[in-house]
Amino acid sequence: MSKNTRTILICSGKGGVGKTTLTANLGIALANSGATTAVLDADFGLRNLDLLLGLENRIIYTAQDVLDKNCRLDQALVRHKKEPNLALLPAGDPRMLDWMKPEDMKQISKLLSEKFDYVLVDCPAGVEDGFKNALSACKEAIVVTNPELSAVRDADRVIGILNTSDIKPIQLVINRVRPNMMANQEMLSIEDVQSILSLPLLGIVLEDEQVIISTNRGEPLTLSDSKSPAKKCYLNVSQRLTGKDIPIIDPKNEGKSLKDKFMKLMQTKIF
Amino acid sequence: MMTLRDLINKLLGREQASANTARERLQLVLAHDRVDMSSLTTDLLDKMRKEILDVVAKYVEIDFEEVAVSLETEDRMTALVANLPIKRTLTGEIELKKNNETSKKK
Repeated sequence: MSKNTRTILICSGKGGVGKTTLTANLGIALANSGATTAVLDADFGLRNLDLLLGLENRIIYTAQDVLDKNCRLDQALVRHKKEPNLALLPAGDPRMLDWMKPEDMKQISKLLSEKFDYVLVDCPAGVEDGFKNALSACKEAIVVTNPELSAVRDADRVIGILNTSDIKPIQLVINRVRPNMMANQEMLSIEDVQSILSLPLLGIVLEDEQVIISTNRGEPLTLSDSKSPAKKCYLNVSQRLTGKDIPIIDPKNEGKSLKDKFMKLMQTKIF
Repeated sequence: MMTLRDLINKLLGREQASANTARERLQLVLAHDRVDMSSLTTDLLDKMRKEILDVVAKYVEIDFEEVAVSLETEDRMTALVANLPIKRTLTGEIELKKNNETSKKK
């Protein structure tokens, strides 16, 4: 393997925190920056990455077909029309009887590594076999969580498992951040979540209605020219992932009204 | 840790902001999870719970419906806390209503 491919697991433990949305948006952003990128949907039972990317009608083969030699890798990869540097590979389909084994995932990841600069693996929710399979295909990980009790708790369990593997680095993305609620101290702060999970923070993503709208359309935000807050965050995460030394978006600076400034004052630690 | 808002809330006798409650609850539950994961699996805790009950039941009659055995963490120390309400002693006298048995794990 001549290429220095980065295979990155995107996981969370809890479902619905934004793994797939992050995978889709990061995939597009990385591809857009010129890096050839593959996104692998490791959730074969409940796959959704195709929907978010608007590629649901173009899937013919899966990674399982490649392993079974029913088709070549090139035939199974679904290239994105608007972003040709990006390709999607579903691991399997919901009708499959047997789930792939960790060795199968390793082999797929190796095949992808020969062709792409980045391989993002969208991990299924939970900490069982599906997660462990996806994990075995990756060298590094991004843990996605929300500033919310159950999401942080599940993230902690996932981190516990990741820490016993060779995966490194393990970085944190805090998704669905609401600056106003944080300013009111009615939501766990970025510092709270980060210090509890004690992982390096890759970035945050602000809560944004545009995420739902872009999902409806099957066009990730990073593909559109909108000025939405979440898009700005996804681009920030993507740049930081590629090693750019830029600061993380600070939710405290996202509100600029007098009320926001007052709320910021109220957060001042006095002892 | 206290913020300006917490101080004002306290002075006005109001409930503290929910983020603080969330942080405290999270720290507790994670301490529990992390111990569970490392050395004391749920199975082991269950086994230990049964054995403790067997021993205690030799001497007193326990109210099994109210029994609670759990791990609690405070200030980085984890303690095994068993709450075993006693119905009566085996000689028939009802001497005690409640008995707390606490032993430190670490």
